Amino acid sequence: MNESKYLIKGATLPSGESADIAIADGTFIEVGKAGSLDAAGSTVIEATGLQALPGLVDLHTHLREPGREDAETVYTGSQAAAKGGFTAVHAMANTDPVADTAGVVEQVWRLGREAGWCEVRPVGAVTRGLEGEHMAELGAMAESAAGVTMFSDDGKCVSDAVLMRRALEYVKAFGGVIAQHAQEPRLTENAQMNESPLSGQLGLTGWPAVAEEAIIARDVLLTQHVNSRLHVCHVSTAGSVEVVRWAKSKGINVTAEVTPHHLLLTDELAATYNPVYKVNPPLRSREDVEALRAGLADGTIDAIATDHAPHPTEDKECEWDAAAFGMLGLETALSVAIHTMIETGLLDWQGVADRMSHAPANIGRVYGQGQPIATGNAANLTLVDAATKWTVVPRDLASMSTNTPYKAMELPGTIQATFYQGVPTVLDAQLAQQKRSEA
Amino acid sequence: MKHLLSASDLNYNSAIRVLDTARELSLVTDRPVKKLPTLRGRTVVNLFFEDSTRTRISFEAAAKRLSADVINFSAKGSSLSKGESLKDTALTLQAMGADAVVIRHGSSGAPHRLASAGWIDGSIINAGDGTHEHPTQALLDAYTLRDHLNGGVGDLAGKRIVIVGDVLHSRVARSNVILLATLGAQVTVVAPPTLVPVGIETWPCKVSYDLDAELDGADAVMMLRVQGERMIHSYFPTTREYSRRYGLNRQRFERISESGIVMHPGPMNRGMEITADVADAERSVIVDQVTNGVTVRMAVLYLLLGGFPDDSVDSAVESDQ
Ligand SMILES: [Zn+2]
Repeated sequence: MNESKYLIKGATLPSGESADIAIADGTFIEVGKAGSLDAAGSTVIEATGLQALPGLVDLHTHLREPGREDAETVYTGSQAAAKGGFTAVHAMANTDPVADTAGVVEQVWRLGREAGWCEVRPVGAVTRGLEGEHMAELGAMAESAAGVTMFSDDGKCVSDAVLMRRALEYVKAFGGVIAQHAQEPRLTENAQMNESPLSGQLGLTGWPAVAEEAIIARDVLLTQHVNSRLHVCHVSTAGSVEVVRWAKSKGINVTAEVTPHHLLLTDELAATYNPVYKVNPPLRSREDVEALRAGLADGTIDAIATDHAPHPTEDKECEWDAAAFGMLGLETALSVAIHTMIETGLLDWQGVADRMSHAPANIGRVYGQGQPIATGNAANLTLVDAATKWTVVPRDLASMSTNTPYKAMELPGTIQATFYQGVPTVLDAQLAQQKRSEA
Repeated sequence: MKHLLSASDLNYNSAIRVLDTARELSLVTDRPVKKLPTLRGRTVVNLFFEDSTRTRISFEAAAKRLSADVINFSAKGSSLSKGESLKDTALTLQAMGADAVVIRHGSSGAPHRLASAGWIDGSIINAGDGTHEHPTQALLDAYTLRDHLNGGVGDLAGKRIVIVGDVLHSRVARSNVILLATLGAQVTVVAPPTLVPVGIETWPCKVSYDLDAELDGADAVMMLRVQGERMIHSYFPTTREYSRRYGLNRQRFERISESGIVMHPGPMNRGMEITADVADAERSVIVDQVTNGVTVRMAVLYLLLGGFPDDSVDSAVESDQ
C-alpha cells in the first residue's frame, strides 16, 4: 500500500461546492470545506477551478489483449483509460482467444492488476467462441478470481431467441447481467453504414435502425418474461430510446448505454468514405443524436460507455468496406460528454457523475467504484479543467492505436489528475511516472 | 475540375462541354490516322481491381488515341488484395508519375479514397466503384441519347427516359439518373420495390414499380443488368417472374416512341431483362454505346489533363491528407 498522502485543495464537487479532499491509504480520509483541511505531511494539489468527479467507470472497452496486441494491450488501454479520467473499465470478451472461460477472464483480470492504471473488469462471453450456439461456462467465470458479473457477445448479437432466454435465466443464479449488442444479423448482412438516403447515394449497404430496435424489443420482453436483468450496449437510434423508455415504464429491469460518438457525430461523415468514421452500430442521423441526448438526460439511457475500439492503421487506411469497425473513445469521452451534455444544459455535473461513474459502476456491480467523493469512500477520482479546450492529435493519445474520429477537433475539458485507489495515475495532465502495483 | 468521381461532379456546363468535346474528337477519329498528339508524354494508368475487359479496353483505346503512355495495372488475380494494397498501389503509381489513374474497384468510394487520401497527385477517374457510380458510362449514355434524340447537339431537355432494373445494386443507374437530370431529361426509374434503394425519393427522378405504365411514348428505355442470383436473396421470386414483370420484350418495345431507342450498359442477360429480338432490333443502340464509350473517354481524359476552364467547374474534391 502506498504511504503517500495527498491534499486536493479547492476542487469543485459535482454538487457545485468547493472542497478540500484529503487522500491516504486508498480512501478519502476527509472531505471538507475549501480551505479547511491541514496540508501538513501531504502532497498538495492546487485544484481551485477544477471539477472533481468520482473516478469514471466504462462499461464497454475493447482492450484487444489477448490476441491483437498490435492494436492495444491491457497495459496501454488502461493507460488510455487513466488519461481519460477512468478508474475502472470493462474489457469486452471478443479477444483471441475469446474470454469465454475462467482461464481467459482471469488472465485479463491479472494483466489489469499488474498494469495498475485502473481496475480492469473482464466481461465474459455469453456463448462459446462468440459463435451464438452454446452457452459458455458463465458460472465458472462468475466464480473465478475475476468475479465476472457482466456477460456479452459484443461484436456479435445473441440473436437466437432461445439462447438469449436461457442466458438471461441462467445468470440469475449469481446476479449477472446480459449485455446485448443488439443487431439482427440477417437485416445487417454486409452492412456498412446507417441505412438512409445517403447510404443509397453512396452505394454502401445500409444498417437499418429496425435491426437494432427489433432485438431490443424482443430482449426487454424476454427479460420481463424470465424476470432477469438486461443491459443494452451502445443504443444508437431514436426508436431504441423509445423501446427502452417503454420497457422501464413497465418496470422491466433493463439498463442502457450510449457512446460518446453517437452523442456527437452523424452519418453524413460517411460521405468522406474515410473509414475512421466506420463503426458498429453506425453513426446515425441528427434526429437520432438528439433523441439519444434527450434519453441520456432523462435517465432512459443510464450510462455513457465508450466502446473504445482500437485498430491498427492498416485496418483503417483502406477502402470503406474493407475497413474494420470501431473508433477510440477513452481519452475523449469526458470531453464529448461536456460538449454534448453540459454545454447544452442537458446535464449538470451531478448528472455527468451519475452517467459516467455511479450508474455504470452499479450496472457492472463494481465494488468500491462509482461512490460519491465523501469521507470514508475509496479514493477514486478525476479532476477536470472544464474551462480549457484541447485539440485532438491522434499520435499524442496514450492508446496504441490512432483511429480517433475527433482528429484535429477542438474539445472542452482536460483531465488534470486521476486517482485510482488513492494513487495518482495522472498528475499535471500526464500519466504518473511511477509504476503502480496493488501487489 | 481535377477528378471525375461522380456524375454529380459535372454541372450542366461541364457536362455539355464533355459531350461537345467528344463530338469534335469523333470527327477526328473518323479519319484514317486515328491519333492525336494531345497527351504525348503523359501517363495514364488503368487500375482495374475488378475484371471489366470492355471498360478497360475502351479507356486504353481512348488514351492511346490521344498519344498518352498507357500502363495497365490489373490487380485481379495478382498478389494485390484489399486493404493496405490500395495505398501501396497508389504510392507506386505516384512514384511512376501517373498523370491520370482510371480506377475500377469493387468497393464503393475507392476512387474517392484515392483522390482524397493524399497518396497520389494525379487525376482520378472513376471507371465504376462497387454499387456507387460509373460516371463515364453515364456520359457515353448521354452522348448516345443526344446523338439519336437531339441530332448530337445541345441537351436532353424534356426527353423521357425510363431506366429499368436492379437500381439498388447499379452504379450505372446512379450515375445516369444524376447526369440525365442535369441535362434536363425526365427520368423514370422502374424496378420491383426490393431493388429500389432507400431514399430514392431524394433522387432527381420519378419512381415506378409498374413497367407497363411507363412505356408509352418514352424516348429511351435503358435496361439494367439483373443477376439471376438476386432471387436467392429474395429480391424477386424467380427469374421468370422478373422477366414477366420487368423484362423488355417485343410487345413492350413497340409501345415506346416511334423514334425511341433501347439501351443496355452490358453485359446483357438475353432472355432475362431483355429478349434477344429487342436487343438486336434496329432501334437498339447497344453497339453504338460501345463505340461512343471511346470518344467520351477521350474527351474526359483530354479535359481533365488539359484543364477544364474555370467557368465549368462545379465541385472539386478536397484533400484531407
Ligand atoms: Zn458492440
